[in-house]
Amino acid sequence: MTVFEKPQALTEAPLHYCPGCTHGIIHRLVAEAIDELGIRGRTIGVASVGCSVFSYNYFNCDMVQAAHGRAPAVATGVKRSDPNNIVFTYQGDGDLAAIGTAETVHSAGRRENITVIFVNNAIYGMTGGQMAPTTLPGQVTQTSPYGRDVTKVGYPIKVCELLSNVDGAAYLERVAVNNVQNIKKAKKAIKKAFQNQIEGKGFSLIEVVSTCPTNWGMAPDKALNWLEENMLPYYPLGVYKDITAEEEK
Amino acid sequence: MADKVLMKGNEALAEAAIMAGCRHYFGYPITPQTEVAAYMSKRMPKVDGVFLQAESEIAAINMVIGVSSTGKRVMTSSSSPGISLKSEGLSYLAGCDLPALVVNVQRGGPGLGGIQPSQSDYFHATRGAGHGDFHMIVLAPNSVQEMVNLTFKGFDLADKYRMTSMLLADGTMGQMMEPVSLDQGVVNTYEKPWALTGTKCERKPNIVNSLLMDPETLERLNFERFERYAQIERDEVMYEEYLMDDAEYCVVAFGVAARVSKNAIDEARNNGIKVGMIRPITLWPFPKAVLNAAADKVKAFISVELSMGQMVEDVELATRCKKPVLLCNRVGGMIPTTKNVLDSINKAVEIGGAE
Repeated sequence: MTVFEKPQALTEAPLHYCPGCTHGIIHRLVAEAIDELGIRGRTIGVASVGCSVFSYNYFNCDMVQAAHGRAPAVATGVKRSDPNNIVFTYQGDGDLAAIGTAETVHSAGRRENITVIFVNNAIYGMTGGQMAPTTLPGQVTQTSPYGRDVTKVGYPIKVCELLSNVDGAAYLERVAVNNVQNIKKAKKAIKKAFQNQIEGKGFSLIEVVSTCPTNWGMAPDKALNWLEENMLPYYPLGVYKDITAEEEK
Repeated sequence: MADKVLMKGNEALAEAAIMAGCRHYFGYPITPQTEVAAYMSKRMPKVDGVFLQAESEIAAINMVIGVSSTGKRVMTSSSSPGISLKSEGLSYLAGCDLPALVVNVQRGGPGLGGIQPSQSDYFHATRGAGHGDFHMIVLAPNSVQEMVNLTFKGFDLADKYRMTSMLLADGTMGQMMEPVSLDQGVVNTYEKPWALTGTKCERKPNIVNSLLMDPETLERLNFERFERYAQIERDEVMYEEYLMDDAEYCVVAFGVAARVSKNAIDEARNNGIKVGMIRPITLWPFPKAVLNAAADKVKAFISVELSMGQMVEDVELATRCKKPVLLCNRVGGMIPTTKNVLDSINKAVEIGGAE
């Protein structure tokens, strides 16, 4: 009989996330991957700034909290200190794709052997719903009250597409957590991103398209629908780069 | 006595760092400290260490944070404009109570400034290295030998007090060559139970963090940190006195300014002026007590600086303005000449005599 249990890699701390927020699911997927690979004792996580800043309270492993956008640089230090460490960052879209763009691109360029979990919900959640680098054209936020006007503020950054042009990146996949089928795919991708690190394959980034019901101003089920109808067409799911698949060919 | 070797200041401090047990260096090219990175790129692979040229000074200081959080000795170096970029990380190092050695081989500013020597980051180093209430231990070498000695000292104090030590050199110290002894004897090691080494599933997770949402907790940690700072101010002050026994006038200078001042003092003494020098070696903690005591004996102070007058404020504070404090300064990459300092000493004599 299979008993549904809480992963060892999550602490007992109650999550602070809003009702309907998908961070909880993603935390669980990361924790399950860590458990299944048996790496919790040598895993060191890097928390970022934003809604997931408190992830250092939730992951049951050594954790360091980085300044806004700097998680990949901090992770580089942790990894270079002892390559036996399994090092992951957990970052949102503002952190990774705006203020931390340089750290993201260059850690990928170095093929830094780390795992990056990138949660893209198209908005700054912690500060109350401002326009993010991944906010969709026309999307209304606190700082784009008339909708994101691409003629004035430009276009969203598509991180997987951008990094797929960086030679150093080893594995890039965009997944979503809007339904059971996609959650299963997300789990597989996240686990592979850690497996790659164990095998020394280098920089792996999993972009998880997710919801922010509170700041989108929607009920959780409506938010999932909005994700499907608006985000997925702009941010297509799939593998954007995989050197391990290329090696197998 | 170990053999002496002829080395450039920047290279000497880099070798000293390796001898002090540092195996991780993260840097970014900027004049006049680039020799540190170049030296490390050659040496680190030979001692199984890590040299990494970061994409920016910001990334470099955050890589330092990463290594430091695992409990290992780590350093970065830069020059003034690059140190501005590192400021964010310096604040996080303080908030996380992490040790690190950060080297600033100063050049003229503000902005891109110039590439010639300066001491105009004194305020930044001793007061405003980033947001929030914190200090760094600030060490000011005035010879290549001291570049070496204070690199060892900087790592030791950083580990001892879990904070950043900054080696605040000026461009002259980085660029000049002098004979040095690299042997510093035994290197202390410190227990770091807080370090992120992986739980091995045997202990509770360690968390390195500077975020505290509860104001009472954050206040308490600030007070605790400043109790540690108070201990450092009591125990770790370093300075050198030169001809102060009978001095009626006191030059205060560090780094290259102290070397020039020494010549000026010798010349003034030949002219019958009883002048000496107090050379702060730690700029923070500042040698307040010795200066305050000197203020009861001398007639005036002369602060000699490569800035528009930054340390001069600390001299006034330390001496409680009991005696006049003159400023002798050159800036923008210019270095005070012996004549500049002599003129200021003579001016002090006029003022001192008038009182």
